[in-house]
Amino acid sequence: MIELSGVTKSFGPNHVLRGIDLTLPRGQSMVVIGGSGTGKSVLLKCILGLVRPDAGRITLDGEDVATAEREAFLARFGMLFQGGALFDSLKVWENVAFRLQRGPLKRSREEARAIAVEKLRRVGLKPETADLFPAELSGGMQKRVGLARAIAAEPEIIFFDEPTTGLDPIMSGVINDLIREIVVEMGATAMTITHDMSSVRAIADRVAMLHDGLIRWTGPVAEMDATPDPYVQQFIHGRAEGPIASVR
Amino acid sequence: MTAGALVTGLLAGIGRPVLAALAGLGRIALYAGQTLLHLLRPPFYLREFLSALLQVGWLSLPVVGLTAIFTGGALALQIYSGGQRFSAEAVVPQIVAIGMVRELGPVLVGLMVAARVTSSIAAEIATMKVTEQIDALVTLSTNPMKYLTVPRVLAGTLTVPLLVGVGDVIGVMGGFLVGTEQLGFNRATYIQNTLDFLEAPDVISSLIKGAVFGFIATLIGCYYGMRSGRGAQGVGGATKTAVATASILILAANFLLTSVMFTS
Repeated sequence: MIELSGVTKSFGPNHVLRGIDLTLPRGQSMVVIGGSGTGKSVLLKCILGLVRPDAGRITLDGEDVATAEREAFLARFGMLFQGGALFDSLKVWENVAFRLQRGPLKRSREEARAIAVEKLRRVGLKPETADLFPAELSGGMQKRVGLARAIAAEPEIIFFDEPTTGLDPIMSGVINDLIREIVVEMGATAMTITHDMSSVRAIADRVAMLHDGLIRWTGPVAEMDATPDPYVQQFIHGRAEGPIASVR
Repeated sequence: MTAGALVTGLLAGIGRPVLAALAGLGRIALYAGQTLLHLLRPPFYLREFLSALLQVGWLSLPVVGLTAIFTGGALALQIYSGGQRFSAEAVVPQIVAIGMVRELGPVLVGLMVAARVTSSIAAEIATMKVTEQIDALVTLSTNPMKYLTVPRVLAGTLTVPLLVGVGDVIGVMGGFLVGTEQLGFNRATYIQNTLDFLEAPDVISSLIKGAVFGFIATLIGCYYGMRSGRGAQGVGGATKTAVATASILILAANFLLTSVMFTS
């Protein structure tokens, strides 16, 4: 279980997170929604230790992530980055098997490649893709490779940062379905940040809405449509009128 | 405005950039210290090191060779022309050798490496930062300092002395070609004079300078790449600052090393 209490983060005068309290139960898929620039990515990066919070506490199964042994802590996570964040200089299979070629999870080159090819197959990519470089792939294929890399070491917790941004609706649907299938299949705890409502409905067990540096609302996805919270209602229906300023 | 306020404003105008420059140097020194510490502690990434050896060393050979041969040739012409004023044309082989090996070889190779390698490293790492590849490395339990900086800095420190050695030889050869084909020197005498005049400390100092310049060029590329701002402008800014800083630090280090090694 991941718990955040009173997490704040500012960049100069810009107070991005103003005291986040959030609980992500083990085995659940939580989707954090919110407008662009509301600090969703910063929230994920704070949990992973990529950004250090100014105040507050983040724990993973009761252990403070700030004092946890970094390698063991990170070994429990997989992450799909918004742009894929694939390493340009490495072939697709080397990207997928990155974690399996170094560190405590190191396998032989042949074994790592075989696992990579299997993970690529799992995300719907042919074995021939394995020997291409990321620059030779389309945006949708790069997302799938990023997804394969996130699950290659079978992590307990997977983060998805805007998994469908920049994709057409069909490819977005494919990625959403893949994420849902993989999370269920692996029994992983997942946190996804997005402003794509189709992703929310496809992926989420629970939803949290981030606005103005605070969690405005959180609850099961089934209750999202019925909540009277005006911020949630404006956001999920994409209305220009409402408490969320359209010019930010 | 009173005279006192004017003086204070002037001093503040001078002090601010000086303080900023000193703070920048301090950060680079800390980064260098961290790099050296990581150099001694596993894990070591052999494949990345070998790739850096290729990029920094082998692929820099053409540019280093061309720079050295033209510089050696021009140096021979200048020494001959200048030497004529006091009937000292005969010293061309000796001065070309000492000029190339002690000074021009290491400095020009250092600057060419700064132009070719520092820019390439800074742009590559900055792009990795902008596209979240550095964050991805961290989430894959890989320390970017160990994976990106250490192999490049080690490769630069080991291969730039070799490049300097090659540059020295090619530069002297450039002088030899001009001296013998254009200025009428006897080939055997030219070579003999060159070899007789050069001493081991000249060559050793050249290689030491090469190692220091290689360390600076690669370290600065990594440092500014890692500190890049966002977007294409961030990558461009990081690359420009890295090359300018590396070039200045190489020239400053050259002065310091020359002072230490040749003024006793």
